[in-house]
Amino acid sequence: MSADDRYTRPAIALHWLIALMVVGGFAVGLYMTGLKVSPEKLQFYAWHKWSGITVLVLALVRIGWHLSHPVPAPLPGQPLWQLRAAHYTHLALYGLILVIPLSGWLYSSASGYPVVYLGIKALRLPDLVAKNKELATVLKEIHEWLNWTMAALVTVHVCAALKHHLIDRDGTLRRMLPR
Amino acid sequence: MRFRSIAALVALMGLVSAPAGFAAERAIDATKSSISAEFTQIGVPVNAPFKKFSGSVDLDPAKSAEARAHFDIDTASFDIGDDDYNAEVRKPEWFDSAKFPKASFVASGLKPTTPGNFEASGKLSLKGKTVELKVPVTAKTEAGLTTYSGTVSISRKAFAIGGAGWDDTVEDTVKIRFRIAVPAVG
Ligand code: HEM
Ligand code: HEM
Repeated sequence: MSADDRYTRPAIALHWLIALMVVGGFAVGLYMTGLKVSPEKLQFYAWHKWSGITVLVLALVRIGWHLSHPVPAPLPGQPLWQLRAAHYTHLALYGLILVIPLSGWLYSSASGYPVVYLGIKALRLPDLVAKNKELATVLKEIHEWLNWTMAALVTVHVCAALKHHLIDRDGTLRRMLPR
Repeated sequence: MRFRSIAALVALMGLVSAPAGFAAERAIDATKSSISAEFTQIGVPVNAPFKKFSGSVDLDPAKSAEARAHFDIDTASFDIGDDDYNAEVRKPEWFDSAKFPKASFVASGLKPTTPGNFEASGKLSLKGKTVELKVPVTAKTEAGLTTYSGTVSISRKAFAIGGAGWDDTVEDTVKIRFRIAVPAVG
């Protein structure tokens, strides 16, 4: 496999770092909402928001990288529908790793909780909207709904990667893996 | 004739019932007033209003040193905007609203500082404890309404608000913001 057939190192690093943080943030999100009011609950909320904002920043870097560095062409021999499905799934995933943290940030603002990154007061992020209970209820629904959409897409995405690796036995997964 | 004597009687009763020396006692206009508390959890400032309070201001602008004010605040009316947290903050560990339904602030004396600004001295009673406070106040009169507004910081621990388990999460300093509107004098 020539160098051009692989993702660049930063693309690989960003892909896996974001994947890890998204899966972690998703699990923490589900877990924390079920906890009873306690200092631990608030701590989990804080971690959830900090990691989510980190994902937002990494996603912006990643999209910038994607636009400035060509990705390897799909491996030959794939049906057109599969190429299209992969293309649109990747596009949707890029969109979701931006929109999900943004919807969380909007929800937090509308609930009257400013986002203070890492708990450092100098890193207090601006409120995206003013406190508004009705809006907060809607944004919470949106945040959840986007998350379940992403969960479904990531499932498809992972199944596709495993199909390439285990059934087609091509290099699709390997070219996204660190060497 | 009969009407006039009743009117005279009513006027007289009004005079008698006004306590001597408290010529300008005015009940606050709750719809135009607000009292809120801002606490900080994990660096995040959260401002929440008390939805129910009452009180009065007795202040003759010519004699500010004799100013009196009194406010009662319903601790169970603190609204963080979420049922679970509202239930939490009413518990014995926090406001203990069942046992201490009201907080009160009694101001006695207002010292002019700069034009339009004063320092009110008073006592804040909350959860069975009383603390002396000096509160900076800005007064403004507009369209027949005088508003007294300001912010004062208190220590929640001084009032045993919040158990020790929360000390790493919720800061001790709580900012009370108030905007008290009363009909203007005269
Ligand atoms: C990678 C980014 C993120 C992911 C994957 C994610 C995922 C989730 C999930 C799965 C939930 C649980 C939804 C449920 O109740 O069923 C959740 C809830 C929540 N998220 Fe996020 N989130 C992300 C970013 C953010 C950000 C950046 C913020 C705020 C700055 C945020 C704020 C919240 C809040 C406040 C809740 C609680 C909602 C509730 O009250 O039920 N999230 N998130
Ligand atoms: C939340 C988790 C994930 C997200 C948001 C995500 C997102 C993405 C995106 C946007 C791309 C397109 C990259 C580009 O062409 O610029 C991509 C590629 C890829 N992902 Fe993921 N991914 C996630 C998890 C995973 C997992 C768990 C696996 C493996 C089991 C995986 C395997 C791959 C592979 C093999 C590619 C390269 C596809 C190709 O070469 O055409 N991803 N991913």
